Formats: sequence, C-alpha cells, structure tokens
Amino acid sequence: MSFFERWRGNRRSAETAKDRLQLVLVHDRADLPPGKLAALKDDLIATLSRHIEIDTRNVNISLTQDRHQQRLVADIPLAPARARRRETG
Amino acid sequence: MTAKAATITSGKGGVGKTTATANLGVALASTGFRVVCIDGDIGLRNLDVVMGLENRIVYDLVDVIEGRCKLRQALIKDKRLSDLYLIPAAQTRDKTAVSPQDMIRLVKDLRTDFDWILIDSPAGIERGFRNAVAPADLILIVTNPEVSAVRDADRIIGLVEAEEKAAPKLIVNRVKPEMVKRGDMLSTADILDVLAIDLIGVVPEDEIVTVATNQGSPAVLDPRSRAGKAFRDIARRMNGEDVPFESLESKDGFFGRISRMVRPGGA
Repeated sequence: MSFFERWRGNRRSAETAKDRLQLVLVHDRADLPPGKLAALKDDLIATLSRHIEIDTRNVNISLTQDRHQQRLVADIPLAPARARRRETG
Repeated sequence: MTAKAATITSGKGGVGKTTATANLGVALASTGFRVVCIDGDIGLRNLDVVMGLENRIVYDLVDVIEGRCKLRQALIKDKRLSDLYLIPAAQTRDKTAVSPQDMIRLVKDLRTDFDWILIDSPAGIERGFRNAVAPADLILIVTNPEVSAVRDADRIIGLVEAEEKAAPKLIVNRVKPEMVKRGDMLSTADILDVLAIDLIGVVPEDEIVTVATNQGSPAVLDPRSRAGKAFRDIARRMNGEDVPFESLESKDGFFGRISRMVRPGGA
C-alpha cells in the first residue's frame, strides 16, 4: 500500500488491527496504561528539570517491545544552549 | 502410552473452545486413542450438547469431586465411538465447587484408563480457568482473528508462563480466507507476529460446524468439513506427528502456505 493510499485513509483494516494490537499489548504486558505513562513522563520532566533545562515540549517517552524484552525509551532534548547559558550566566 | 492431559482455553468467550474440545476428542478417539473430555465450565455446561450426549447425563464432575458417585459412573460413553467418554460439568453449581487440587487428583485417577484427557476450560482468568489449567501437560489456546480475542490470548499466554507450564500452543479458529486476502482480517502470520507462541492449527470458518453443532455430531465426523480436516490435523500434531500446515489458498486463490509464516525455531 502506497503512502498516498494510506494518507487517503484507504488503509486495510487488518493493518489497523495489527497496529492497535501491538500497541495495546505493549501496555498490557508492562501493566502500564497510556495514562500512567503520561504521569510518568510529567514526573520525569519535573525531576530532570531540577538538574538541567530541557525542551519539555519535545520530550518523547514510549514503550517498545522486541521479541522478549520490553523497553521504556525516553528521548529528552535539552533546551537550546543559548537559553541555558542565559539562565546560569 | 502414558495419558496426556490437554487443556483447551482462550480467555475470551465464544471463540470455539468447546467446539475445539469436542472435535479434537472425536478426532483422537477415531484414530485409536482412548479419550475422555472433561467439561470444566461448571454452571454453564455445554460440551454435552456439542457432543450430542445431553440425554445421557446422570452424574457430573462435582458429584465425583464431592464423592456422591464413583468416577466411572460419571463417565458418559459416546454414541458413536467406543473409546470416547465425557465427564459433564455440574449445571447448578459454580466454579468454587472445585479446586485446582481436585482437578489434579481427578486427572491422575483417569490417567491409567485413557491416552488423552481433554479439559474444556471456561472463559475468563479466574477459578474455572485455574482449575482447568492445573492438571494440564499441554495447553492449547484458541483465538479468533480479532483484536479482542488476540489480546485475551496474550493475557492467557502470560498467565500460563507464570504457572511455569510447558509452552502453550495456538489454534487460530474461524479464519475467513477471503477476508484475509482482502486485507480485512488479521492473518495467522499477523497473529504470530504479535503473540510469542507456536502454532498448532488454523481452522477455517465452516458452516458445517454450525450444522454439526445443531445435530450434536462434531464436524470432524463429516469428511466434507474443512474445519473437521483442520481439527484432525491438530490431533495428529498433538501426537507428535509432523503434519504440514495446509495452505488455505486452494483453487480459489487463498492466502499462502502457513508453514512459511511460522517463525523458525519458535519462540
């Protein structure tokens, strides 16, 4: 299926089913529903912000799954160096 | 051979556990194995009607457990096959009338007289499920190609792992090859992709199963039934035979050979 077909919403329902299943199973297996993950993200941002200024709007926390290992992946961009220098200087 | 106990379970209701139990029982008994099917769904008895034995019931599982009858008195002989028996569930009690220890003891007593003991688990993950799984040497998880059924199967896989049982096997039931081909139904490959489990059978949707259930005569007995053929293949695999997974593609151009979809080496 081309990107264009996908974009038009012509996506096969089995693909949608598989994607939704994969996502729900990752959360089920970790016993970490999406709402709890969001709370964890807020806590993490608050903790990190006490030590370093981060670009809070672009923080990305997600659960991933390889065959046997579940992983909490956090991508935390720092605030632009200029802004940080200004604050500490 | 030493008897093996196989529990058929699913998590979600209505995916075909009872149909699978009845058909596997008939398939095994018609190939020379001595088989007893136990209905583990206390309070919601159904295996008796699917096997067509509802008019022969005198005693049930709870009567045996509570000592109101001898084990052999509760064994109902099948109408057609001399090596097939049923122990029905009690209809007026609930799952708490039986404990996992009771089931282990019962199955132990049956092992000397049978080759296969099939246990039809109730839906859910509570007491009835734990009763059904406790004595199992082999656990067969039935699912349908639907998001809800696959999600529940994953939960069951996790619970079985926690019980430190042998790795369960998956039966994908009620597959509609035309819908899979159209991309509107999860394929067996999709399901194996998201679940960490080995496949033991794929059963196509088959109207003969409905007719067979109406008549109380499992579809395995009808040589025209495609589902029946799939259950016979599963029975052979349960006995260690290496039966290739039949491609559901046939003349009408159905999806490809499932054997290729199974992960090499399993999970």
